[in-house]
Amino acid sequence: MKTRNQTWLSLFSYVVLLFLYLPLIVLVVYSFNRSRINAVWTGWTFDWYISLFQNRQVVEAFFNSLTIAFGTAVFATIFGTLGAYAFYRYKYRQKAVLSGLIYLPIVLPDILMGLSLLLLFSFFSVPLGKLTILIAHITFSIPFVFLLVSTRLQEMNVDLEEAAQDLGATPWQTFRYITLPILGPSIISSFLLTFSLSLDDFIISFFVAGPGATTLPIYIYGMVKRGVTPEVNALAALLMMITLITVALAERIRKIGDRKQKM
Amino acid sequence: MNQRGKWLAAPAFIWLLCFFLAPLFFIVFYSFFERGVYGEIVYRFTLSNYIRMADSIYVKILLDTLAISVITTVVTLLIAYPLAYYISGLPKRKQRIWLLLIMVPFWINFLIRSFAWIIILRSKGIVNSLLLEWGWIEKPLALLYNDGAVLLGMVYALLPFMVLPLYVSLEKLDRRKLEAAYDLGATPWKAFLYVTLPLMKHGIMNGSMLVFVSSLGMFVVPDILGGAKSVLLGNLIQNQFLSARDWPFGSSVSIILMVFSFILIVLYQKAVAAGQHWEGERQ
Repeated sequence: MKTRNQTWLSLFSYVVLLFLYLPLIVLVVYSFNRSRINAVWTGWTFDWYISLFQNRQVVEAFFNSLTIAFGTAVFATIFGTLGAYAFYRYKYRQKAVLSGLIYLPIVLPDILMGLSLLLLFSFFSVPLGKLTILIAHITFSIPFVFLLVSTRLQEMNVDLEEAAQDLGATPWQTFRYITLPILGPSIISSFLLTFSLSLDDFIISFFVAGPGATTLPIYIYGMVKRGVTPEVNALAALLMMITLITVALAERIRKIGDRKQKM
Repeated sequence: MNQRGKWLAAPAFIWLLCFFLAPLFFIVFYSFFERGVYGEIVYRFTLSNYIRMADSIYVKILLDTLAISVITTVVTLLIAYPLAYYISGLPKRKQRIWLLLIMVPFWINFLIRSFAWIIILRSKGIVNSLLLEWGWIEKPLALLYNDGAVLLGMVYALLPFMVLPLYVSLEKLDRRKLEAAYDLGATPWKAFLYVTLPLMKHGIMNGSMLVFVSSLGMFVVPDILGGAKSVLLGNLIQNQFLSARDWPFGSSVSIILMVFSFILIVLYQKAVAAGQHWEGERQ
């Protein structure tokens, strides 16, 4: 009786897993399908990818996305890491309020962040474009870095820092030779994760992007709205692959850090 | 101790203050202004944006949104619970692989994940092509652009949010308590109701809150998979801001969304605090 239940349970779980992955697999596989109009498989082709790279708008959107993602990753990683470090090291009077400010952006629906920034920018007559997208992306990325780095700091061996200081290291030396090497992997993985968060973001960018600055997800949205073509398929698959590779890389680096810590 | 280092946190907090907290107040201000003839903002105090929301069209949108959010939450809970239960019973190594697999789709945006369903469900999509080829149907079925497709898309998009918190609390669950219940002659159903469920309360609430709040503000999934009639709160806001250009009304609708989200978050935190208090006293 019990084993039969177990079988059903594992079968159910695999079906759910299939449900999660089937659409993504289909998306990738069909981006190589030669047929233009329907789902019938007519053979492999790279044509849709080639035509993407010949499309100037796509290349421009791609370049915009990469620039913004890079800028986001740099600023969010610096601000978030410094914030998490100071927050861990020092006492603050309003710690609960401040940590609320970190957590709230994660729970609040994205659409609210997008439109509230649109109102802010328009009130101060800031022209919408790459800069406004960058500002928005840094805003939703800071909490991510903060959480990642804080988790790491909490796992860190406090004795090491104290020992260094007892041995006469200045706070800067302690930070440079003890804390930073321990935090290194999580800083790099924060960088990669915020890079992919930015690259992948659609909702918030949609509100704060001007007509002049299109990112890849916004371009995909426009294409989807105009109708399903194999090119959308290829572009969506491409963005998905880049995102997943970046995330996988980040995860790997974090793992290496974990192992180092244990030794 | 030297306290100057405290200021290292300043850039992050000042940034969030300027670009996260302050803009939220702008929504409040704008919701009390008027819209001019050409979509510009007239800075004159009015309550008309809120009064307009009592209109039956908008009340219906609000109720539809609440309904689909509740259904999405319940369906994801029903799917996620057995899955999380299965994962928590596996050996540690396998657990990690399963969790990773559940997490991966989380990194791909709603737009792409909804679009993937279009390829499967559209009239010339995979499902219809197969059914036609097998001769099961004569005309393509209308699988897309209806409320069913929206619900499917929402469940699909938000499922990982439910699985992870459930897994976390199942992981902590002391299975010996269940065994004790069985030893004392409890039926599986009673053991679930009186032992597992109370211990799982935290995880269920955590996951439900994440899914519910996310569905309330969802606009991508209904926009891509829904028909002309599938308008939710998120789509209403999107329209007011990006096509109708009625920002004050859009702001007042957003306030409704914000209030609902805040109430849920606060209620949830109260419940968590109360739960911890209660458990603390018991020990």
